[in-house]
Amino acid sequence: MTKSKAQQLVDSTAFKAFVKRRWLYSLLMAALMLAAYFTFIIIIAFNKAIFAIKIAPSLTVGIVAGLGIIIFAWLMTGIYVTWANKYYDADVALLKSKL
Amino acid sequence: MTEFHTSLGETNYLAIAIFFVFVGITLYITYWAARKTKTTSEFYAAGRSVTGFQNGMALAGDYMSAASFLGIAGMVAMKGYDGLIYSIGFLVGWPLIMFLIAEPLRNLGKYTFADVVAYRLKQKPVRIAAATGSLMTITFYLIAQMVGAGSLIKVLFNLPYEAAVILVGIVMTCYVLFGGMLATTWVQIIKAILLLGGATVIVILTLSKFGFNPLNLFEQAATMYGEGVLSPGGYISNPWDAISLGLALMLGTAGLPHILMRFYTVPDAKAARKSVFVATGFIGYFYILTFIIGFGAMVIVGQDVISGKIGGVGDKGGNMAALLLAEATGGTAFLGFIAAVAFATILAVVAGLTLSGASTISHDLYVNVIKKGISNERGEVQVAKAATIALGILSVILGLLFKGQNVAFMVGLAFAIAASANFPALLLSILWNKFTTAGATAGIIVGTGLAVILIILSPTVWVDLFKNAEAIYPLKNPAIISMPASFITAIIVSLLTPEPESERKFEGEKLRTYLGVGSE
Repeated sequence: MTKSKAQQLVDSTAFKAFVKRRWLYSLLMAALMLAAYFTFIIIIAFNKAIFAIKIAPSLTVGIVAGLGIIIFAWLMTGIYVTWANKYYDADVALLKSKL
Repeated sequence: MTEFHTSLGETNYLAIAIFFVFVGITLYITYWAARKTKTTSEFYAAGRSVTGFQNGMALAGDYMSAASFLGIAGMVAMKGYDGLIYSIGFLVGWPLIMFLIAEPLRNLGKYTFADVVAYRLKQKPVRIAAATGSLMTITFYLIAQMVGAGSLIKVLFNLPYEAAVILVGIVMTCYVLFGGMLATTWVQIIKAILLLGGATVIVILTLSKFGFNPLNLFEQAATMYGEGVLSPGGYISNPWDAISLGLALMLGTAGLPHILMRFYTVPDAKAARKSVFVATGFIGYFYILTFIIGFGAMVIVGQDVISGKIGGVGDKGGNMAALLLAEATGGTAFLGFIAAVAFATILAVVAGLTLSGASTISHDLYVNVIKKGISNERGEVQVAKAATIALGILSVILGLLFKGQNVAFMVGLAFAIAASANFPALLLSILWNKFTTAGATAGIIVGTGLAVILIILSPTVWVDLFKNAEAIYPLKNPAIISMPASFITAIIVSLLTPEPESERKFEGEKLRTYLGVGSE
């Protein structure tokens, strides 16, 4: 019995590679975010003196790091959206056209 | 600062007036929305007519509660840098939502996240478990908000606590009952604009006193209260507690039902992505503002006033810091505006929680469990509205019941349950083909149960509330145990109870998960 178009698409190597790419990218981004945040927390828990170091009068490493993580988090979402709009959506359109 | 006067605690007519204007405008919007809210799609999801940008603002609005505005500003004012550590925890969950959850959630579900978890599994047990996790999260969050509302309004408007709670209950029930998701979305957007706008003005006025250079503000703070305020203090004393709290905040955000529900108001996954980007930006900006506001209050108002040592309007948590700073920089009129905005914030958040609860009761429980998936449109909307009224009444009763209690731990508990029950189930159902009905149900039950039990045994409840000598569970947050336990339980039980049918459906589901084919 021939497979339906949908089933063929799911089984195709193109689709499988697409799913793999998507998760590779997402999990990498997630890992980066988790690493950044938990590094921040671990430093505070075990060696907070690092964050007390001053790089300018009244500007501590901690303040730079803290505000930096906030901006980093936002930039990460922006990078993801840019990638998705450019590459992921193109892949989606291509695969959908096979249905 | 030897002389101290504030109008906080006296009736502020300007605040009341501004507040009534806000209520008037939002009730008008509710009336407008009501005429467009007849079907389930409109009641639950605003007819999927919300744009990515608007949803981003609504999500940010839903997330920036009065508790976070006042609480975080207060924490920075009293403890300096530590307040920033706390706020960062709340922010970093959003990128994770973007990477792991947002698009599959939108593609697979219809109105609630339980749609996603129950997608290819046996509906009844999974719906009941997911609904239980949702309703518990919502209830604890709601209690914390209602009690906070009562005490805040008492201070701001000089109303009796009971009147404040009843007023909040009635107004927010109206928003949800008549206007559904469309009304609550716009209420959140307006409130987000007012809150961010107001906070920005406070920061501008504050920095103007320091030559628009925040470093001068920090320098003054360090001079007055010591260098310690500019770097981490004693907030993270126990690294395990910090990790546990971090897990709860990061992953709990991805399990909050009233947040996840908003993803169904946008037309597709692409808009869902944009929403998270916009929301993260606004929320991040908000936490930068609260950081400056906290320091501003510390320097201009002074910790003694904020904590209540002088003047008697403060409290140990420093919750009056932002309001006192608004008054110090902008006068009584500006205080009135910020107070009205704080009240509006509470209204908006409890409305969102109530809508989420009502949709869980009607869409998950009534339609999918009692009616076995057959939905009569009008019947479902009617049940949703009845549930709204019931939840409105319940929230008032709970607010009155918990008067005077220290309920701050309930927000932590809500996040812990969201992280331990909702998030694991959601992630596994998206990622894993061998996830089964029994696994889902067991995971949610174990996650919820452990989170609640461990919080009861933790210092905040066992010692502070029940007055025992020492806590049985040493950390303040259960997530580090309850979340992994939920995952492990779900995985082991799933492996022990294979469901070939569900496994087979996982493959077919992929077109919908990743390409959006057939999504609603």
